[in-house]
Amino acid sequence: MTSLVLVEIENGLVKQASRSAVMAARAFGDVDVLVVGEGATVAARIEGVVRVLHADLPPLAETIAALMADHAGDYTHLLAAATAFGKNVMPRLAGLLDVQPVTEVVRILDADTFVRPIYAGNALATVRSKDARKVLTVRGANFDPVPAEGGNAAVESVSAAVEVPDAQIVGLEVTKSDRPELETARVVISGGKAFKDAENFRMLEPIADRLGAAIGASRAAVDSGFAPNEMQVGQTGKIVAPELYIAVGIAGAIQHLAGMKDSKVIAAINVDPEAPIFSVADYGLVGDLFEVLPQFKAALDA
Amino acid sequence: MKILVPVKRVVDYNVKPRVKADGSGVETQGVKMSMNPFDEIAVEEAVRLREKGAASEVVAVSIGVTDAQAILRTAMAMGADRAILVQTDLVLEPLAVAKLLKTIVDREEPGLVIMGKQAIDDDMNATGQILAARLNWPQGTFANTVTVGEGWVEVKREVDGGLEIVRLALPAVVTTDLRLNEPRYATMPNIMKARKKPLETIAADALGVDLAPRLETVSVVEPPARKAGVKVSSAAELVEKLRDEAKVI
Repeated sequence: MTSLVLVEIENGLVKQASRSAVMAARAFGDVDVLVVGEGATVAARIEGVVRVLHADLPPLAETIAALMADHAGDYTHLLAAATAFGKNVMPRLAGLLDVQPVTEVVRILDADTFVRPIYAGNALATVRSKDARKVLTVRGANFDPVPAEGGNAAVESVSAAVEVPDAQIVGLEVTKSDRPELETARVVISGGKAFKDAENFRMLEPIADRLGAAIGASRAAVDSGFAPNEMQVGQTGKIVAPELYIAVGIAGAIQHLAGMKDSKVIAAINVDPEAPIFSVADYGLVGDLFEVLPQFKAALDA
Repeated sequence: MKILVPVKRVVDYNVKPRVKADGSGVETQGVKMSMNPFDEIAVEEAVRLREKGAASEVVAVSIGVTDAQAILRTAMAMGADRAILVQTDLVLEPLAVAKLLKTIVDREEPGLVIMGKQAIDDDMNATGQILAARLNWPQGTFANTVTVGEGWVEVKREVDGGLEIVRLALPAVVTTDLRLNEPRYATMPNIMKARKKPLETIAADALGVDLAPRLETVSVVEPPARKAGVKVSSAAELVEKLRDEAKVI
């Protein structure tokens, strides 16, 4: 059995979440990858990849799904990481192939059977797919990424011989940050509604810089305009599993917990001793963040 | 231009889901049910587009049990002009739902379909993309801003690391993200008015679509609980624990 993994290239490197998807695909046998745009030679170095399919196309779901459907051939499994990109493309591909996709897979039991969270992580469903070919998105946080180096795959150019609907990318507004990416950071520090406003929310920045951490936010903080949506951690935002997750002024709504409860160590700072976040935290500190955060920073620097 | 808005009846956002003892699924009997929150955003966006003059009619459609009429009435109280219930007692997967929706699209010929990016029950995030694929229409998923022009729609999308703007030829499928808008509450006079708006019911099995599930649910269980750790008394102690005990900083 051979799988095809749609991988993403970012800043000249294969995204970590994509390398996790390659790891997931190894459960099914040999792995080929598809790269759209730049980065085919980088992808060829991913450990264990047999073949790189490379297409010079704009990164649009319409085009990529059509291309993948066209090249689905003998692939038993078609996968991508459950990133905004993968979530956009893969269900469309499934629609073209008349397959019911299985999204947000967190565990693979066998070639047909997958575990995925439902109800914002309040339940885990094990489903067995009866489709001859599977279309999957997998959560990066749940599969160790394969090494970016060590492979020497052959690169093969492919193109789509199909007509696609009229869509084009006309703009991109990138949020610039010198901090590590939320989904791959070793340490994440997140803030909630208790910060009261966007200015206060920035109190997290010097601590994040000190720890080399990415900054996250609860949905309440995003909805209140303290932080942009791409910082949102939770079922409706990003799913993270860092070595250390520090939740500051976050009550711990179920939808937030769904996005971070797989973190290795969780620390929580909250003024309310009954806050649900403490029920998942390894280390809890009850206190007002406006007093505690400066002390925390001072203790780090001491 | 007509806008079609598919809406789903799901366990209310504020209800803590309970896994059934036999592991067959999540309890939906005797539980408060509401419109999927992402679909409310879709209804709101469609109604706003009509109010701005970019659309002439908003049609809400739901696929499900007879009780799903309630959320269609809600959609009409928010401003949808009429509604269609594709009645079925089966629990359908996104692929089957998309196929049923396609038959409604073929009949209604909307210029735009706006729907939630995912339902908060199965969290699949797939129906809009599958529908777009089967219609061979362009898709603007995870919409943050929607602008309709003559023959096109521009969608500002929530992507990793920022926003991406796509311009799609109409007809197209748009799926909504959280920040697109804040849905209005249905007022009492509008709820009364919605009772008189047309609601048509069509039997799902009359639409000639294969509704057989492709996924077999083997089991549904509660996730393993993470146990609470210790409370520390000061920021200094927290730093000390993280540094010396957990060794993560």
